[in-house]
Amino acid sequence: MTMSQQPPSRRDARPPASRFSAMFRRTTPAAWLGFAIVVLYGLIALFAPLIAPYGEAQVVSSVPFAPWSQSFLFGTDQLGRDVFSRMIYAARNTIAISLAATVLTFAVGTTLGIVSAVAGGIVDMVISRIVDAVMALPQLIVILVLLSVVGSSVVSLIVIIGIADATNVFRLSRSVAMNVAVMDFVEDARVRGESLTWIVFHEVLPNILSTLVAEFGMRFCFVVLTISALSFLGLGIQPPTADWGSMVRENATLISYGDVTPLLPAAAIAVLAIGVNFVVDWFLHYASGLRDDQ
Amino acid sequence: MTNEDVLLSIADLKVEAETDDGWQPIVNGVSLTLRKGEVLGLIGESGAGKSTIGLAAMGFTRPGCRIAGGTVTFDGIDLLKLPPAQLRAMRGTRIAYVAQSAALSFNPAHRIMDQTIETAVLDMGVPRRQARQDALDLFRQLQLPDPERLAERYPHQVSGGQLQRAMTAMAMTCRPDLIVFDEPTTALDVTTQVEVLAAIRKAVQQHGTAAIYITHDLAVVSQMADRILVLRHGSEVEEAPTRQMLAAPREDYTKSLWSVRHLHKPAAPRDDVILDMRNVDAAYGKFKVLDDITLSVPRGRTLAVVGESGSGKSTLARVVSGLLRPEKGEVLFKGAALPPVVEKRSREQLRQIQLVYQSADTALNPRQRVGDLVGRRLELYFGMKGREKERRIGELLDQVELGAHHIGRFPAELSGGQKQRVSIARALAAKPDLMICDEITSALDQIIQGEILKLLMQLQRETGVSYLFITHDIATVRAIADEVVVMNRGKIVQQGPKDTVLSPPYPPYTGRLLDSVPEIDPDWLTRLLARRQGGEPDGSSPLPQG
Repeated sequence: MTMSQQPPSRRDARPPASRFSAMFRRTTPAAWLGFAIVVLYGLIALFAPLIAPYGEAQVVSSVPFAPWSQSFLFGTDQLGRDVFSRMIYAARNTIAISLAATVLTFAVGTTLGIVSAVAGGIVDMVISRIVDAVMALPQLIVILVLLSVVGSSVVSLIVIIGIADATNVFRLSRSVAMNVAVMDFVEDARVRGESLTWIVFHEVLPNILSTLVAEFGMRFCFVVLTISALSFLGLGIQPPTADWGSMVRENATLISYGDVTPLLPAAAIAVLAIGVNFVVDWFLHYASGLRDDQ
Repeated sequence: MTNEDVLLSIADLKVEAETDDGWQPIVNGVSLTLRKGEVLGLIGESGAGKSTIGLAAMGFTRPGCRIAGGTVTFDGIDLLKLPPAQLRAMRGTRIAYVAQSAALSFNPAHRIMDQTIETAVLDMGVPRRQARQDALDLFRQLQLPDPERLAERYPHQVSGGQLQRAMTAMAMTCRPDLIVFDEPTTALDVTTQVEVLAAIRKAVQQHGTAAIYITHDLAVVSQMADRILVLRHGSEVEEAPTRQMLAAPREDYTKSLWSVRHLHKPAAPRDDVILDMRNVDAAYGKFKVLDDITLSVPRGRTLAVVGESGSGKSTLARVVSGLLRPEKGEVLFKGAALPPVVEKRSREQLRQIQLVYQSADTALNPRQRVGDLVGRRLELYFGMKGREKERRIGELLDQVELGAHHIGRFPAELSGGQKQRVSIARALAAKPDLMICDEITSALDQIIQGEILKLLMQLQRETGVSYLFITHDIATVRAIADEVVVMNRGKIVQQGPKDTVLSPPYPPYTGRLLDSVPEIDPDWLTRLLARRQGGEPDGSSPLPQG
């Protein structure tokens, strides 16, 4: 996560030690739990090949849907692959693809949002109406249609989700940038002859960063859920690549037999969402604490 | 003084604020007593702890602060030991508060009348009809025009001065024993300020209400208060009855509060013109803001533009700096016509005219360090980099008497006066020929104002820069201007050398503006009101006879 991007504050003038102690003092138990979850997921994603007992697509058993056992911790799936190993690999795929899509979402949405707010007038009107038009269509259906047209690959998944989701980020960054764009220092930048690019990235962006970082965490969760939903519908990440959404689908029938295995990948998604949200809550708390100081 | 008389006594009050380094004291053991019907003035620079003490008188602290010691006794009751529910019941009914910005304190979603009588109806159980009648009487006493209609309006539909009086009425509806006024006129124009001061003073006297009047303006406090308490850095400097303190201040700090208003610069004649505005009209949409403005700024001198808010003086600055396209007329800079909008001007033209804003809080990007704020113009206009830039930033910071060691600070780490110095250094970095100063001292307290004005004059002597100085404060004009333009409702009322404009005979508007400026003389307001009541020929008396 990009939580290391702290906006500058008066604390920056102090030695780093007291800055950190101030930060820790504001950290709640929920935030610690959130951090622990995020770090754990990150480690699992990074070191998946080292942790997983078997390969991602390796058929390890001749018995499909084998029950939980010592050699196959969570049993096997419909092709006899180890569910535990696939869940570990899925962490890597789901998180990486979601992260890439979220970054794209923010790059597009924030840039357009701030440009709209700063430029105003006709530019703002045209961009906003296009975004309104995109937002008027049901998002999941648009994504499904586009994916079935261009075909589902990792790149098209990232690009399509990234663009479709950027509309929300556009709305948010435009409205917070509006409050900054009327400030005298933005006017001053215009009067001293700065370019639009400078104003967007040097004058406005740093001032809305705390809101954006908080939103980043939320958006990331939504993207994870969207990708999982798409995978569940069969248009997301394609087999044999493991991901939590498609794993739920593949093992869904087990539910009828009272087996909780398909709930495990779903739980993995839920825990990640909760962890990220705890971290985001902490950040909002911390960031608003900053605002009080000013 | 018998004990019976004492309404409020604060003894050895200590208040602390939470910072990252733990609890820091902001009020160190201040004591005061207030008798029934007495008005006590609290005066001091910003950060002196005036508002904190005012709130503590109600047993309240701002979030992040706590009362660490001392007692607050109101009418024999120790407020600090009172359970929260009983304390709440006292507030609004027996102790009321009038905040600096009525515009921010009113709820924009409710009508003025509903908010004014809320406490009376809910906490005192006064029947609505009677509370309404009371409030209308108060509105009349406070000389609000057309009270019946005003009562049914929403806060944004009335002017700042009217709202401030409505808030005073709100504080008085429950006939409290004590009202805390926290800078109630600081945000108002001088002409409006006179009306509000007169209204508050009359109402307080009529009802025998005791009051704590907080302000940083000595002239204002001397009209309102029976006694004055001077504060600095959370401690008492001195306390004395108003007349005694004005006549013979004991402490050096108190004397320095007096001296600022006595800055005076002899006007120098013009020998060349740097900026010429000819028949300029400007409008926001259909609303005309500037009407046929013709003026010129002499080179190396200061032209002060004076007027109330809404007179179009800031719009004038926007036209000169190219932020607003004039409808008609032209602006000549060094004899050549300036393109009407900023985007059409060359970088060199932009460099020569620099703007300094009223509020350094909004004019300095809070996410940039002082070095970047000042250095950006050096990069942009002179292509300076690295060491050279660093050195020049240091020079500029020294020039505005801030000190080069502030280079790595963020604006939030600086005081109001320091921030304004950074703004000035930033403008100076461009080596401008003309600096437009838009009310740059009006958000600062008087001592800092004086320092900034001295700095500006010194910079003018050193660099020969010309100033277009926009202000509503006549004392500032006296201190800095060579020539003066008086504006009212987008038109120029009078212009000329300072000594001509500021001495009689004046046009009626200039006259009214000049005698609305409070003087440090406890009888000034009384005399002014008597003169206006006497129907002196000033045509547009702001106080309707009531």
